[in-house]
Amino acid sequence: MAKNVNVYSTPTCPWCVRVKQFLKDNNVVFQDYDVSIDRAKGDEMAQKSGQMSVPVIDIEGEIIVGFDKERIKAALGL
Amino acid sequence: MKIYDLIIVGAGPAGITASVYAARKKMDFLVITGDIGGQTAWSGDIENYTGYQFVTGPELVRKFEEHMRSYDTSVREGEGVIAVEKSGEFILVETNKGAQYQAKTAIIASGKRSRELGVPGEKEYKNKGISYCATCDGPLFNGKAVAIIGGGNSALDACLQLIRIAKYVYMVNNLPKLGGDSIMRQKVEEAKNVEILNNAKVAAILGDKMVNAIQVNHEGKERTLQVEGVFVEIGLIPNSDFVKDVEKNASGEIKINNHNETNIPGIFAAGDVTDVPEKQIIIAAGEGSKACLRAFRYLAQH
Repeated sequence: MAKNVNVYSTPTCPWCVRVKQFLKDNNVVFQDYDVSIDRAKGDEMAQKSGQMSVPVIDIEGEIIVGFDKERIKAALGL
Repeated sequence: MKIYDLIIVGAGPAGITASVYAARKKMDFLVITGDIGGQTAWSGDIENYTGYQFVTGPELVRKFEEHMRSYDTSVREGEGVIAVEKSGEFILVETNKGAQYQAKTAIIASGKRSRELGVPGEKEYKNKGISYCATCDGPLFNGKAVAIIGGGNSALDACLQLIRIAKYVYMVNNLPKLGGDSIMRQKVEEAKNVEILNNAKVAAILGDKMVNAIQVNHEGKERTLQVEGVFVEIGLIPNSDFVKDVEKNASGEIKINNHNETNIPGIFAAGDVTDVPEKQIIIAAGEGSKACLRAFRYLAQH
């Protein structure tokens, strides 16, 4: 069963690009929210992660801030 | 303990290029790095890397990484080097994972990081309104008031990005005038939603769960600016603290000669961490290749 993966990102953030590329390279299906236009999702991100920087990755409720490859791999069981 | 021919510290343009040369020279080597790409990964648009009329930072880093990994190169990613020192005839490298490595030569290509303000509130509100990357986090402050700390090119660049996103932008500059390039400065000065505070120093960053204000000493008077975002753009400092006994200049950059040699035989350095004039991606890459070729020659002679 594929895990539920959400990415909160902005189009201009270099690490967001790398996170999404990493997920694609590993065939992980994810939902991407552009928080530069989606205010509600931006607030949700701030609430979930307790901070204001992107990217934020939510893997089945585990919140990872930044492109932390090791934690993402562990959370996805890669 | 195994003794490598070479250990490369860092995987920005300098470290990655050094690794490509080392692989092609069939050296027995290792790359140890916290991240891939260094400052290039943070860069927006790049228009001066030969062969690419236009490329973004992340795209160029992807090409660099592909090139590095096209050889059978060992890369310890996510591992920070905490000490490099010469011990006897070898170089000892220690990391934050508790590992120790030994090599005959080392190339320090650890680059630079953002300078911090060092004021109360900075640690508490890092990423909770305080950002060191306007390109990354700027869009989160859509319609909000923000402050940019600094007055040089990187501060002007951040300002030009933020005037299109934020409701209002304060430029907090500790010098009597803004620095940087005149074209950018003029655009900032003409923007309707920018207030420039010269001779202004940040005293503290205030907030609740997130930043809600900063306290500024402006020409001798205390002022509180109601802002939700604070972008710190006060320059960069070299990641050179962990290298023992090498000579550095007053800014902490490792001193090298034009063969990328430091004062310690066997320890070489390349890119933005060094005192090389001009900090550019293409210069760092070139320096990485020079350092590797010199290390190769050193190995042949020792």
